[in-house]
Amino acid sequence: MNIKNKLKTLIIKNPLTLDCGKIINNYPIAYETYGTLNEKKDNAILAFHALTGDQYVAGINPVTNKNGWWSHLVGPSKGIDTNKYFVICANVIGGCMGSYGPSSIDPKTNEILGINFPVITINDMVNAQYNLLEFFKIDKLFSVVGGSMGGMQVLQFISNFPNKAKTAIPIACTANHSAQNIAFNELSRQSIMADSNWKDGNYSQLNLSPDRGLSVARMAAHITYLSKNGLQEKFGRKLQERDNLKFGFDADFQIESYLRYQGSIFVDRFDANSYLYITRAMDYFDLTKQFNGNLSNAFCQSKTKFFIISFTSDWLYPTSENKDIVIALNACGADVGFTEIVSDKGHDSFLLDVPDFLSTIKNFLNFNYSIK
Amino acid sequence: MKKEFQIIADLIKDNTRVLDVGCGDGTLMKFLEENKNIDSRGFEISKNKVQNCIGKGLSVIEGDAEKDLQQFPSSSFDYVVLSQTLQAFYNPEKVIDDLLRVSKKAIVTIPNFGFWKIRLHLLTKGTMPITKNLPNEWYNTPNLHMCSIKDFFNFCLKKNIKIVSSLALNGEKTSSINTSSLGLKNLSSELGIFLIEK
Repeated sequence: MNIKNKLKTLIIKNPLTLDCGKIINNYPIAYETYGTLNEKKDNAILAFHALTGDQYVAGINPVTNKNGWWSHLVGPSKGIDTNKYFVICANVIGGCMGSYGPSSIDPKTNEILGINFPVITINDMVNAQYNLLEFFKIDKLFSVVGGSMGGMQVLQFISNFPNKAKTAIPIACTANHSAQNIAFNELSRQSIMADSNWKDGNYSQLNLSPDRGLSVARMAAHITYLSKNGLQEKFGRKLQERDNLKFGFDADFQIESYLRYQGSIFVDRFDANSYLYITRAMDYFDLTKQFNGNLSNAFCQSKTKFFIISFTSDWLYPTSENKDIVIALNACGADVGFTEIVSDKGHDSFLLDVPDFLSTIKNFLNFNYSIK
Repeated sequence: MKKEFQIIADLIKDNTRVLDVGCGDGTLMKFLEENKNIDSRGFEISKNKVQNCIGKGLSVIEGDAEKDLQQFPSSSFDYVVLSQTLQAFYNPEKVIDDLLRVSKKAIVTIPNFGFWKIRLHLLTKGTMPITKNLPNEWYNTPNLHMCSIKDFFNFCLKKNIKIVSSLALNGEKTSSINTSSLGLKNLSSELGIFLIEK
């Protein structure tokens, strides 16, 4: 039996009007939880995943059999201590881990939706996940937290539901996708669509899979998650299992081999159409524009305590863009703390074992939980 | 908590909004929040100190006050505090302008270069003075623009900045500074504490 049929899933009956105008209802949201919701229901943390993440934030992901994507941060006695907090994470709509997405079956035609799936936005993702609060009967979350696209969802969540979270931690993100971000995403999409197996998005019906396109997309994106120094230090010009250059186009260099490997394992767990839809949602994200050019207005209704974090070597969502969010929050007198963590691991830092990052989140959460 | 912070805290009215520029380990912020119901924000350049403060529940923003104070809207605080940091900026004049834009009232404390021990050190030894408040050598000090209580007093006069309150601190002893006692206080005090407004 396909493991994906055994995921925890909530069917959302409430109709949701998407930004594109289409209304969806009776759609699935796949989710996972860690820890225990206490009696007062005041210890819940909603974690939002990034582009290629899923609901398996901690523990072992049953599909990949690898550690959850945020297992450095989330788990018993960790930065987000699941002995103490109840952590909820859901697969975004548009995703491919059980939530409503392009690989879902259209009940009308009994066919896979493919690119008949509507174009969704970060706003749509957040509105869909909000149903989890009702499901768990949580009036107010203790925190909303996420990095990269997860951070964008944190910002959108507070903007949509100003007083539904006591604290918010947007990490390594932005309030509006830059031209450079859009450019990299377009490169990835074109790579998928250039694969002859993509078949205008109908590959599943034909039992095909645009693996080469998707793996090149992943390789390109992966470079943007790392820093030049990080790459140089880890790989330099080291050769892959050979003493000399082979004067051919095999992977002579370790970095080539590494990227090829990253691309190849990615296609086993990710759907190409989901990649198109989710990158599109990121590109469309412009919270400043949603508030007519004044980002402060996204937050002026909120009493949430913000903690914004960036990383020194992150050039994809650089400190300057994170600071723009801090400036907008200050402009409306919101409660905000900000730090830039030193790390040479690039944008990926938020997923890795970066001690200052992990300990600062732990202290921030634990202190604010203690003063309820 | 050190005497300087007690004096600063006494100058601040309860239930107000305070920005502590160069908040360090957050001692003053913590005291103000716990004892005077102050809504405080901190600004700090040291990453370690920022992360330490945030772990204590204080809302501190990492940044360089010289560049980043601009992000705060005009009159967004009731008080802004600058403790023994003015001398470390490239452009103290601009920083004071910025402080008085962000907040109507500013509390500025300065290590007094007119203190008799400093004068004596320079007079007798002929080398740059090193004291409790100024512990660094000339070649590694962060202090770029040292001034005396008298200098700051005159600066405010020249810039049409109103001195609402001015206090001198010598050890644990506090006294007020006025025009007639200025010369004496400039000689006998280690620290000047000024509550100013535009």
